Amino acid sequence: MSTLYFTEDHEWVAVDGNTATVGVTDYAQKQLGDVVFVEVPEAGKVLAKGDEAAVIESVKAASEVYAPVTGTVTEGNTDLAETPATVNDSPMDDGWFFRMSLDDASELDDLMDEAAYAAFVASLD
Amino acid sequence: MTGDMATVTGNRGLVIEEPLIFEQGSPAKCGVDLPDPADKPDRLGGLARSGAIGLPGLSEPEVVRHYTRLSQKNYAIDAGFYPLGSCTMKHNPRLNERMARLPGFADLHPFQPQATVQGALAVMHHLSDWLLGLTGMEAVALSPAAGAHGELCGMQAVRAALDARGEDHRRTVLVPDSAHGTNPATAALCGFKVRGIPGDATGRVDVAAFKAALDDTVAGVMLTNPNTCGLFERDMVELAEAVHAAGAYFYLDGANFNAIVGRVKIADLGVDAMHINLHKTFSTPHGGGGPGAGPTVLSAALAPFAPLPHVVAEGDGVRLIEHIEGDMQPFGRMKGFHGQFGVFVRALSYMMSLGRDGLRQASGDAVLNANYLMARLGDTLTASFEGPCMHEALFDDRFLKGTGVSTLDFAKAMIDEGFHPMTMYFPLVVHGAMLMEPTETESRETLDAFCDAVLALAAKARAGDAAFFTEAPRHTPRRRLDETKAARTPVLRWEPPAPARAAE
Repeated sequence: MSTLYFTEDHEWVAVDGNTATVGVTDYAQKQLGDVVFVEVPEAGKVLAKGDEAAVIESVKAASEVYAPVTGTVTEGNTDLAETPATVNDSPMDDGWFFRMSLDDASELDDLMDEAAYAAFVASLD
Repeated sequence: MTGDMATVTGNRGLVIEEPLIFEQGSPAKCGVDLPDPADKPDRLGGLARSGAIGLPGLSEPEVVRHYTRLSQKNYAIDAGFYPLGSCTMKHNPRLNERMARLPGFADLHPFQPQATVQGALAVMHHLSDWLLGLTGMEAVALSPAAGAHGELCGMQAVRAALDARGEDHRRTVLVPDSAHGTNPATAALCGFKVRGIPGDATGRVDVAAFKAALDDTVAGVMLTNPNTCGLFERDMVELAEAVHAAGAYFYLDGANFNAIVGRVKIADLGVDAMHINLHKTFSTPHGGGGPGAGPTVLSAALAPFAPLPHVVAEGDGVRLIEHIEGDMQPFGRMKGFHGQFGVFVRALSYMMSLGRDGLRQASGDAVLNANYLMARLGDTLTASFEGPCMHEALFDDRFLKGTGVSTLDFAKAMIDEGFHPMTMYFPLVVHGAMLMEPTETESRETLDAFCDAVLALAAKARAGDAAFFTEAPRHTPRRRLDETKAARTPVLRWEPPAPARAAE
């Protein structure tokens, strides 16, 4: 069973042992609107926390997905290149962006849990 | 098209339903009738094309009508109000066009000996003088072909200056949230790492966060002023001093120069490099109507690294320097030849016809017109930041909250009213942005007609008539396009209905 964390950039991080799966939240996909292009990092890419990791483009805007923690990419969700709509349809599940190893588990302490993120989103309205 | 309006032809009055040129005519038809050459020796080693190449076959009048009909579907500054924020869609005086068409300017070739084009070189030198005079800067590179190209020029000069100082470890560029989107792209293209700086509650750079980010890895800062929220960055001098104290360079995005030309001496702000969009501030056709030009002015610190060519006055004439002379250290060239010459002529014609006082009045009127929109619309639409704006007025979508109408829907309804919509969803720092830049060349009558329409639409949205907006536009040659489908499954090329022989 993985533990869910969230960032203020509306990304979710599902941590299972030493592996983190990263995607964007339902709030993020709603704000972006229909996603039309996604570029995910390739396995082996070394990311520092806060680095630009992926690109997401909707009919409204192009944005970056940042590395929520420091580590090395183990897998990118290459299916998103063909079917970017998956980010809209299933942001928390099939619409995951990439998986990465976790260099420093203490970085997770800076992230929000589900309740804190829900409160954060509510404060934005 | 609605059923009760249906016509046999599909045309609606003089709005012609025009097929693609490839769907018209026949391969057997040709607009010109030339005899076959008698002597056709094969100089291609037997590789001459033998199959059809699939060009459309139409007569000259058919071609003329086709393109005229297409042009009539355009909306342009010559057709109506065009308040597209961040684009400075102002009137392009016809005097400029007349000057650019003078045979001595229009019929030049860039390979002509310099002695035969002294007038053209004098125009470039005169334009340089104007740009340096208006900014107080040390040097100018005329060759950048557009705004983002001018940014590239300025940041390449920054990079060259750092390398000359032996400080090539400085590879970070700070870019505030309120900067133009091309700024981070330019920094990345130059090999710099981009670090964003947040804005404060007033829509300007957070000075404390800015200063905290300055360290010895920072190569420079790219700031837009007036920024893309249409606000003047009041702390500019303080920011520039901090940048220089940290050993970095200050790039100013001059795309919004139209708001301050004739009023702010750029050099006094501590700027090291700034591009000037001649096509915006100095009124040459753009946005599908013509090429841009983005000359870049440089401070004394960066001037030695200005790209070639240089335009210098010598004796009675003007000389184009195309190769390194003396101790100059140009970082290279920005493009082949010498820049967008036709745009230079138009911009200089605009500057000379308005004069310095006229330019000063133009920037004042541009700000006045934007504040007129702000004043008339501000009580109904929601202004994103308090206080007066510069050359553009920024609203967000709070006034549409709960109506079921989005910024996009609202913009589509404005098309039905006969206006080009404002810029939407940019800048990204506010929600559902509507950025309106009226420019100084619009009359009060035009601004009032626009405001009347916007206010009526806002009342309609608040009255709960969401369908009116989500179904707009109704009066255009095509209704609402499926932007998602267009982006996800674009059809980029016309395919002939029957399999045609491939080009050989």
